[in-house]
Amino acid sequence: MDLIFEIGSEGRKLSLLPKCDVPEVKVPESQSRKTALHLPHVSENELSRHYSKLAKRSHGVNDGFYPLGSCTMKYNPKVNEIAASFKGFTGVHPLQNERTVQGSMEVIKKTEDTLCEIAGMDAFTLQPAAGAHGEFTGLLLIKAYHVDRGDTKRTKIIVPDSAHGTNPASAAMCGFDVVSIPSQDDGCVDLDALRGAVGDDTAGLMLTNPNTVGLFDKNILQITKIVHDAGGLCYYDGANLNAVMGIARPGDMGFDAVHINLHKTFSTPHGGGGPGAGPVGCKEFLKQFLPGHHVAGDENEGFRYEIETKSIGAVKMFHGNFLVIVRALTYMLMLGKEGVPEASSNAVLNANYMRTKLDDLYEMAYDTTCMHEFVMSLEPLKHKTGVSALDVAKGLLDYGIHPPTMYFPLIVEEALMIEPTETEPKEVLDEAIVALRALYKEATDNPEALHSAPHNTVIGRPDEVGAARNTVLRYQWTD
Amino acid sequence: MGSFVPNTDREQEEMLKEAGYKSFDDMFSCIPDEVRLKRPLNLPSGLSEMEAIREMEEISEKNVTFKHIFRGAGAYNHYIPAIVKSVTAKEEFVTTYTPYQAEISQGVLQSIFEYQTMMCELTGMDVANASHYDGATAAAESIPMCKDRKHKVAYVSSTVHPGTIQVMETYCFGSNTKLVQVPSKDGVTDMDKLAKMLKDDPEAACLVMQQPNFYGIYEDATKLGEIVHEAGAKFVMSVNPIALSVMKTPAECGADVAVGDGQPLGMPIAYGGPYLGFMAAPKSMMRKLPGRIVGETTDDKGNRAYVLTLQAREQHIRREKASSNICSNQALCALTASVYMAAMGADGMKEAATQSTSKAHYLMDALKKAGLKPMFSGEFFNEFITDCPCGSDKLLDALAEKGILGGLPLTENVVLWCTTEMNTKEEMDQVASIVAALISGKEA
Amino acid sequence: MSLLFSKSHEWVNMIDDTTAQVGLTDYAQAELGGLVFVNLPEEGDDVVSGEPFADVESVKAVSDVFSPVTGKVAEINEELLDAPEKINEAPYDAWFVKVEGITDKVELIDEAAYKAYVSTLSEE
Repeated sequence: MDLIFEIGSEGRKLSLLPKCDVPEVKVPESQSRKTALHLPHVSENELSRHYSKLAKRSHGVNDGFYPLGSCTMKYNPKVNEIAASFKGFTGVHPLQNERTVQGSMEVIKKTEDTLCEIAGMDAFTLQPAAGAHGEFTGLLLIKAYHVDRGDTKRTKIIVPDSAHGTNPASAAMCGFDVVSIPSQDDGCVDLDALRGAVGDDTAGLMLTNPNTVGLFDKNILQITKIVHDAGGLCYYDGANLNAVMGIARPGDMGFDAVHINLHKTFSTPHGGGGPGAGPVGCKEFLKQFLPGHHVAGDENEGFRYEIETKSIGAVKMFHGNFLVIVRALTYMLMLGKEGVPEASSNAVLNANYMRTKLDDLYEMAYDTTCMHEFVMSLEPLKHKTGVSALDVAKGLLDYGIHPPTMYFPLIVEEALMIEPTETEPKEVLDEAIVALRALYKEATDNPEALHSAPHNTVIGRPDEVGAARNTVLRYQWTD
Repeated sequence: MGSFVPNTDREQEEMLKEAGYKSFDDMFSCIPDEVRLKRPLNLPSGLSEMEAIREMEEISEKNVTFKHIFRGAGAYNHYIPAIVKSVTAKEEFVTTYTPYQAEISQGVLQSIFEYQTMMCELTGMDVANASHYDGATAAAESIPMCKDRKHKVAYVSSTVHPGTIQVMETYCFGSNTKLVQVPSKDGVTDMDKLAKMLKDDPEAACLVMQQPNFYGIYEDATKLGEIVHEAGAKFVMSVNPIALSVMKTPAECGADVAVGDGQPLGMPIAYGGPYLGFMAAPKSMMRKLPGRIVGETTDDKGNRAYVLTLQAREQHIRREKASSNICSNQALCALTASVYMAAMGADGMKEAATQSTSKAHYLMDALKKAGLKPMFSGEFFNEFITDCPCGSDKLLDALAEKGILGGLPLTENVVLWCTTEMNTKEEMDQVASIVAALISGKEA
Repeated sequence: MSLLFSKSHEWVNMIDDTTAQVGLTDYAQAELGGLVFVNLPEEGDDVVSGEPFADVESVKAVSDVFSPVTGKVAEINEELLDAPEKINEAPYDAWFVKVEGITDKVELIDEAAYKAYVSTLSEE
């Protein structure tokens, strides 16, 4: 379809601004723009239709099942959007006087308190804008803690080989060296490898639990103790928190700092890649290092901002992705103490239901009770038929199902990682099970068809090598 | 309580049984008993939708919203066209993930390609990423783009937004990077001092400056860029995207990286977020850009297609060797900016920019007549600083009583004012008359 | 010219006793698939045998390239920066770097031995 630059014509426009009611002042000549500015020339109708067309060529949670492992693509309740559109939230300036933003401060305080209870932490900052941003913030807390104690030789962060790529990347951004430790055959942390890796240079450990293969690491208390005994701190990557809300808490597992992805666990939409929010929680002894402003006080005495004594500064301007926080709080208010564990219980149930309906056909990387997601290895199928995880994933597109996460975690060959989430009804899971079983049969009977899948989408497989070699990253005008 | 779980209790029972569990408790026996939470969460009971909406609305009403806003400093109250809200509420865009599956994500991918194009047009650059968290983090992440083994020290002008500098400092604490502030003179970067500082430092990696700067004043960006390049360092400009429609582009000023906050492009001020960090650069810096980038290619039948490209720069592939850890970004805000720019068109953006600066000049004149003195004489865009002999708080309280959010108090008697096309002559006259009354009252 | 090979799949073309060109073998490029970028060291950099000195990117992966020799980078093949596909198309022409002042090498084997070695890999 056409780009927005290829439709409309010179002179078409919307009627948006009134005439200027004061004498016009131009930018001084020495500062004025000389390069022509090309932007679309369209009427409102054309503009509106253009984006309707683009919307039809996109696939969101609203369009169908989206079992993208590790991304928690649950339904995004519409009530959240209403709350985020209240003028009282959208119309306030971030630098208004505290007296005039008591509502915003209440949102922040209530969200912090709720997250503290769910995560088993003592304090939170809502400044980080995304999960990776939260990891960065949490690791800075750990860095500040060691630096504050004069313990400057602690330069290493231990990360299991099954970790999300953001973990080692975040550690590197905080100036740490990354020590990767292998996982055991059961996907859990190898305790001997961990004991061998810790020492007086250990700053901390980053861990996801349930881990990236979807299993709850049963040795978690031993793991955090080994790290603590060596003088390091433990960081919980909350990417998989949707499995354990109200069931088990990172704080009770021995973790000192966590981040939570509000855009996964707390139902705020992913928006095609963001904005999310990655609040960071910590135990009392790390609170003094938190960035940004901390809300103190209560509804009766009024809320006020305080800055922590040894704050690391700020990881973002202002108060975080505020409207995302509004959405998450709305969701938490609706779920409450009963609904939060109910969500996690059903996320885990839906995953195990699918797992047990597929494990006779597909090889499960770990054939045991999973948490909110499970990993299948298509290595045996590929060996037998030549059909890869990629082929099966592309085949699912023809069923209108978004593919699972592919080729992650790196420790499983030909991995497909399925996370159904709790908001899918049984019938949707059954349809996906039927589709996956049909694809298995197709792989055996007619592998060629799968190598060239998908067949019913608006484009076929794109040339990614060509895209990277001959980069076309913007439209060029010919004039 | 509220719930978004569709399966009924009976269906859940059946599914548990089919999966081989006696109960939820049985299913969770894979979690060691010592770490199980054995009490209910200490949270209030859940609410129905109606109750939740009412509670959130009540909370929102505890905020004071001002009808007239004369405060900027990183959050600008520009007009948001109706179409922006309607397009960005489309659930296909709102509820989708990062477009890794190109075959069913052509719409999102094309919208990002269009966004990249428009940001390149605004900045004059060749490549733009598909967004960063905000302007401050974009500025902070421009530093690693400029560092190499020989150039390790970052410089920032003290006329950059203090909030941006603070974020840069925090990022530099992380990466063990020395960050040096360049002093200002008469409200702009002190060029003589900058030249001397850079000359004495063979390790200088970059200068980050802001245009127009925190005080609203235009810096001599071209000259700054020359000084920086002469020292073998890179030149980073943090820019206001509305101003770019009429102001010399970063490319025209010789910048190696252009960053900024895209909030003025259709995003509400919303207590600080979500906003939009943008980053653009010449082709030579392409592989150093952090974050997602969309490229054009063809599919297996030769049709035009869009994909995420140059992914080997990113954390999910390069892990600890990646230059940034960014994964989730501000994609829907980038879409917002695209729709805004498409709706405004080049003429509309120039009109918004011209009205913003025209009104700032009108307001400054009016405030001068009312008795306030501008602190600096440099040419400015839509922000400027005055003294406030009657006391900033007293003045701002008096304005607030009339539903007006005055400028940002920088000290007890200095205020940073801002106007956009949203401010009318009438309300500016009202501000001036309130100021005049206060000042004459004080003198009397 | 007669090339020598490392077991980490780099080839070495000894120009004289202490100078050599280094590149990636045909087996390696085929395993990696379509290459889209190569990160090369700078002239004057020291390289150490057995240590990574460059990396190559495919669409979905990045892989280290290990130096078979210890020495100093005298020249880099800038052509590859713009046309990494040459590594796929003609791996033995697509030298990455020229190293001089070579003082040490990893174990290097001749073409026949390398071919035999590679055949044991593909049988796995």
